[in-house]
Amino acid sequence: MTTNRVIRVLIAKPGLDGHDVGAKLVCRALMQAGMEVIYTGLRFSARAIALTALQEDVDVIGLSILSGAHLQHVQALREQLLVTGIADKLIVVGGNIPKQDIEALCSMGVRRVFPTGTPFGDIVDFIRQEVQK
Amino acid sequence: MSTSPVQKVVWESGLEVLPLYTQEQVEQSQLEDGIGLPGQFPFTRGIHSLMYRKQPWTMRQYSGFGTAKETRERFLYLIANGQTGLNVAFDLPTQCGLDSDDEMACGEVGRVGMAVDTLSDMEEAFDGIDLKKITVSLTINGAAVPIMAMYFAMAEKRGYSLHELRGTAQNDILKEFIGRGTWIFPVEPSMRLVGDTIEFCAKHVPHYSPVSVCGYHIRESGATPVQEMAYGLSIAKAYIDHVKHRGLSVDDFAGGLSFNFNIHGNIWEQVAKFRAGRRLWAKILKNEYGATSPRSMQLRMIAGGGGGGLTIQQPENNIVRGAYYALISALSGTQTMALCSYDEAYTIPSEHAARLSLRTMQILMHEMGLCDTVDPLGGSYFIETMTNEMESHIVKAMAEVAAQGGIVRAISDGRVQAAVNRQAYERERKIQSGEIPKVGVNCFVEEEAERPVELHPYRDEEARRQVERLRAIRERRNEGSVFASLDALRRDAQAGKNVMPATMNAVKQCASVGEICNVLREVFGSYREPVRF
Repeated sequence: MTTNRVIRVLIAKPGLDGHDVGAKLVCRALMQAGMEVIYTGLRFSARAIALTALQEDVDVIGLSILSGAHLQHVQALREQLLVTGIADKLIVVGGNIPKQDIEALCSMGVRRVFPTGTPFGDIVDFIRQEVQK
Repeated sequence: MSTSPVQKVVWESGLEVLPLYTQEQVEQSQLEDGIGLPGQFPFTRGIHSLMYRKQPWTMRQYSGFGTAKETRERFLYLIANGQTGLNVAFDLPTQCGLDSDDEMACGEVGRVGMAVDTLSDMEEAFDGIDLKKITVSLTINGAAVPIMAMYFAMAEKRGYSLHELRGTAQNDILKEFIGRGTWIFPVEPSMRLVGDTIEFCAKHVPHYSPVSVCGYHIRESGATPVQEMAYGLSIAKAYIDHVKHRGLSVDDFAGGLSFNFNIHGNIWEQVAKFRAGRRLWAKILKNEYGATSPRSMQLRMIAGGGGGGLTIQQPENNIVRGAYYALISALSGTQTMALCSYDEAYTIPSEHAARLSLRTMQILMHEMGLCDTVDPLGGSYFIETMTNEMESHIVKAMAEVAAQGGIVRAISDGRVQAAVNRQAYERERKIQSGEIPKVGVNCFVEEEAERPVELHPYRDEEARRQVERLRAIRERRNEGSVFASLDALRRDAQAGKNVMPATMNAVKQCASVGEICNVLREVFGSYREPVRF
């Protein structure tokens, strides 16, 4: 991957969860950091997220989940990414994620979980570092 | 160079606070109509003359999870512990107008609230609960039409007359477009559906409050207290304007509007916000709408929460925050109180946490003397000055909304959402930088020990049971009459008639929330979010 390309990030709200404050905060923080951000808005299915990631040619998919259904949504997205042929995308998850579920999420291919209240700088740094690897 | 001995204090809403207040500031900030007496226009000091001396606030914790069976058990537990009202949490599929077997419902059935598909779920949830003693608030918005119809049909089946039935539906769709996000239909038909419920209740369920206008969630999304009140009152005005166009007189329905506001933040700012909002609402109703009934002018409210003030870090601190929030709520003269439980930043509240919230309110009510006298802060130089200043700020914020073409337009364009979101970002940035202190988050931080919070388990078998139950009902019911009832609903929706009577009939034929909403989706289409930063 080239280092001077602007990093493209898809921030997605899977399922029915309507809590979008955090997702929008992160969008804004990533934009301020110079990244290009595509925000899905609410209620995207796993299939729609995977197709958007493909069409928009993003480097990163960030899922924001506060309903507690993170394991189901990540599993569903994982399947759709495989179907779409983009299972190599960097996936990060943010929201109300209990510590005990982080390991399970990572085993499904999530590279990092950012619980509610994570400093913006941590998210920006992690994405930059991983994309430019 | 000399430095100022006292630091400047500025509230979230932008009001500056002096180190001392006297009669002088009260006089300088004085507005038309003054504060008046409790129970009298302009109701600054409370909407009832005796307030808590006559009737303490209703305690109404938000609760619901799993199926109707589990939710009913929690209801009975809360009632047995002294709770005086119920506030029903529905799961996301129900709130979004989807059945439990819908593909999009997967993993969400019964997770953040009770799953309701058909009338039988509603019947089971309230079985054995005396609906005259315990008033019920339904936290339902996008799917308010079928859920309210189910509640009314259930009450009728239980032998209650709709003419006597009390209770509240949240049913404030405009704020769902700003925060919370359980919209279904586009803005315009959504307004029409709210109008249908208001009109239906004005005619058939006169003691029921069909809408609870929520500043609460707008505040949770990042608005300041002034904006919370300004957007809330602007939204309430939009509903009134809409229903007035149907030919109803304002006194026929305005008394049915109630409000839901947030209580996190600075104590005095919140108290001043409520007192100012109450007075302003009375003046708006009287002067702008020509209301003559005092009930139309009274801002009745639940002051609750506020989840936004709670923290993941050091969760026990939330117990203390909750107690102060309850104090704010009582000092503000609320009719109903609800508290987010200390574990709510993580999970569905445990029985233990929900009981603690209830005990917090009971301690204030029974031990601390919060019911001793009406509006105990009334007449304080500080509070009265800030009440006046808050009102002026709220008026200004409402005028800005009006200048943008009104709240409906500003929401449709995504302008309110963008403004609120920008502010949420600034606030979060200031918390992260330590500019806004938050105990346990950016000051007095501790190395995290294991968190003493028990997570509410999500049970797949409850979701499976709910799906099986829905399928069994579909097999049992008379498909012909379900089809006919849905067809009648479609015709009424297309013809611009009030959809409530046809929906009442459909739920009685066991039509499901998803089926009813699908008919309305066919007619009205679905909302598309204007994403704007």
